[in-house]
Amino acid sequence: MPRPLNDSQQSRLVVTTPPGSPDRAWLATGYAEVRAILGDDRFSTLPPAANASDSRRLIQPGNLLHYDAPEHTRMRKMLMPEFTLRRVRTLEPLVERVVTERLDALEHAGQPVDLISHFVWPTTSLVGCSILGIPRDDQAELARHIDTHRIDNPDREQREAAGNAYLSYLSKYMRQKRRKPGDDLLGRLIVEHGAELTEAELLGTATTLLASLIQNVAGTLGLGTLALLENPEQLALLLKRPELIDHAVEEVIRSVSVIAMASPRTALEDVPIAGRVIRTGETVACSLLGANGTTAPGEPKAPLDITRDNSGHMAFGHGIHYCIGALVTRMELRIAIAGLLERFPTVRLAVPPDGLRFSSRAVETLPVVW
Amino acid sequence: MEVRVDRDRCAGSGLCVSYAPEVFDQSEDDGKVLLKEPLPGTGAAGAVRAMAARCPTGAITVHGHGHAHGHGHGEPAAPREPSEAV
Repeated sequence: MPRPLNDSQQSRLVVTTPPGSPDRAWLATGYAEVRAILGDDRFSTLPPAANASDSRRLIQPGNLLHYDAPEHTRMRKMLMPEFTLRRVRTLEPLVERVVTERLDALEHAGQPVDLISHFVWPTTSLVGCSILGIPRDDQAELARHIDTHRIDNPDREQREAAGNAYLSYLSKYMRQKRRKPGDDLLGRLIVEHGAELTEAELLGTATTLLASLIQNVAGTLGLGTLALLENPEQLALLLKRPELIDHAVEEVIRSVSVIAMASPRTALEDVPIAGRVIRTGETVACSLLGANGTTAPGEPKAPLDITRDNSGHMAFGHGIHYCIGALVTRMELRIAIAGLLERFPTVRLAVPPDGLRFSSRAVETLPVVW
Repeated sequence: MEVRVDRDRCAGSGLCVSYAPEVFDQSEDDGKVLLKEPLPGTGAAGAVRAMAARCPTGAITVHGHGHAHGHGHGEPAAPREPSEAV
């Protein structure tokens, strides 16, 4: 019998105000608390009013996580048709083609081979760019900018240069799209809603979607593949029963919880949660990783169990900001993991797991043999 | 069992249409839930209750006490209670 996931044995909502800070801050790590907060309209994803003058610049137009209702509703509605189950199914042939190409490349590369640089990143960047209509010739470079710009790159100058190159490529690209939209996500968005969106909103939509489609999916696919490789019985079970793939993907998504913390929420009024009261203007950080029963990326506390009913996990968030790309992520992971295991059923790590290096949302390399 | 959906609340996660396609559909215009079968048979009851519990915005409610664990009263079903800490 698979063990249930939700741990509400303890109420886990604590005050974490930094010393000297005038405003009380909270951290929620329990399932019930995180679920209650993320599902409650009385919490805003905008910075607290007291800091508005400082934080205003942090608000990115076009990033759905930086809007509350009703603006959020308006923005999300424009993008929703691109992320329905039917639309996502039309993307399957694209993903299958990309995955097959990358598996061929792996086969030619010889062993051991790094799955991150030869499979995970090329797959997610080709798919992400293709969905947004970005020309194939530019895809590798753009994906490199995203990787270099990641938050834990210690080289600040390099990081900023990559961020600027990414922005400047996409602003030029969006100007071209305004003139000649084309039949892809951004093209259709411009045709349908171009008049309602500012340049900044369109650019923000493009930069947020592309970075999420590449970085978050790559992080989940890399760490998720590692989770399977580190759990040989689970891997063997999936090889024996390939029909479990959807379950396996959902479990991998839960155990990785690549977005460890939800965007901070600020109380718009006093909200009682778990016997305490979060006061107006106080912020609360919600740990999706904690709520999902894990402790750190790649280290599931609740052991990976691909037969588990993990319905209700919050790796994609909860409430109105539930990840708009969840269906794309599931589909891409399903095709990539099933394809990898079908082509290389004896795939295994080529190095001891302790030798692997991790960044904030990814495993950096994943050398394998088969 | 009677199912109701609140399209104003729906965030278009597509979970319900993925897991219970005989009961739920998804609009191609706005990605929001469409109710295909407001009175699903007993065979679909489990999936429908699971979706009511899982829906990120509580847009699905189950009414009526056709089963031992009927939630009723128009409240979103509570998430599954744990029987063991993990």
